Amino acid sequence: MSPRFPPERDRDLYRDAGAMSIGIGIVGVSFGALATSAGLPWWIPVAMSFLTFAATSQFAMLAVVMAGGGVLAGLAAGVLVHLRHIPYGMAVGDLYWDRWWMRLVGTFMLIDQSTAFALSAGDDRRRARAAYWITTTIMFVAWNVGTVVGVLAGGFVPDPDVFGLDAAFPALLLALVMPALKDRDTLAAVLVGALIAVGTAPFLPTGIPVLLALVGLLATWPRRRPKGDAA
Amino acid sequence: MTMAAVLALAVGVFLVRLAGPVMRSRITVSARTETMMKRGAMVVLAALVVTGALVADGGFAGWALPAGVLVGGLLAWRRAPILVVVVAAAGTTALLRLAGVA
Repeated sequence: MSPRFPPERDRDLYRDAGAMSIGIGIVGVSFGALATSAGLPWWIPVAMSFLTFAATSQFAMLAVVMAGGGVLAGLAAGVLVHLRHIPYGMAVGDLYWDRWWMRLVGTFMLIDQSTAFALSAGDDRRRARAAYWITTTIMFVAWNVGTVVGVLAGGFVPDPDVFGLDAAFPALLLALVMPALKDRDTLAAVLVGALIAVGTAPFLPTGIPVLLALVGLLATWPRRRPKGDAA
Repeated sequence: MTMAAVLALAVGVFLVRLAGPVMRSRITVSARTETMMKRGAMVVLAALVVTGALVADGGFAGWALPAGVLVGGLLAWRRAPILVVVVAAAGTTALLRLAGVA
């Protein structure tokens, strides 16, 4: 099954992902600039963005290595903040679990935004698949172009926080998650999970609190009674 | 950091991404499991929203950041387009910071 996405049908996806790409691009610039200003040769951040495509993991590893923590600790930090992609893959993995090369590319392209956009399509599988591929492809281009620009910019490290970009990302995810909160069970799980995550965030390494949030699922487990389903 | 370290991170991250779909392809996914898995991803994304809005460097992120996310959230609730939500959130936070609000 080859993906075909008539642009006119999914124009809003292109528009939304296009807008987000500006923000991701600027974060990419700051990553490239930060890495080069830390004394790394240009090809390291460029290869990292191209091969990893995981902003939080890349920043986490860079931060640990720059602080003198060593490569192994950096790797551990990078993988740890990435573990949230396991539940993502379980939720949207079927969208690209097709031919072997689709599986390969789809797996590589699994990010927060593509997951959130795909999930917000609900039960419309065509739309979910389109959302997944369109958003993740645009993000991939923006992230890598941004990184290269950041490397070229040399010592100038832009601070994405000045543009409020640290608010743009949670706001985007919030907008995409919100329609699902009409379901009361989902709302209950989300609220309990959010409380757990915020409550533990000051004490635990980044990456763990958002996974602990999954405990929130228990809030809905016993209450659900499937109609006409004895199992 | 060497190229070997870069490759190691790339492999590690890829394996994490691979774990989810491989796990789900090994089980027969019932409608209920499907619902729970989708809900699980929603819970993680929502947790990312609240921690991203409130926590920075292991402490309170300051008022400008959650205020921006809140404005975005209210607009999303009023069914504003995502583009508007995102720009309004970033703009609010940026302006508050410009005005000296941490």
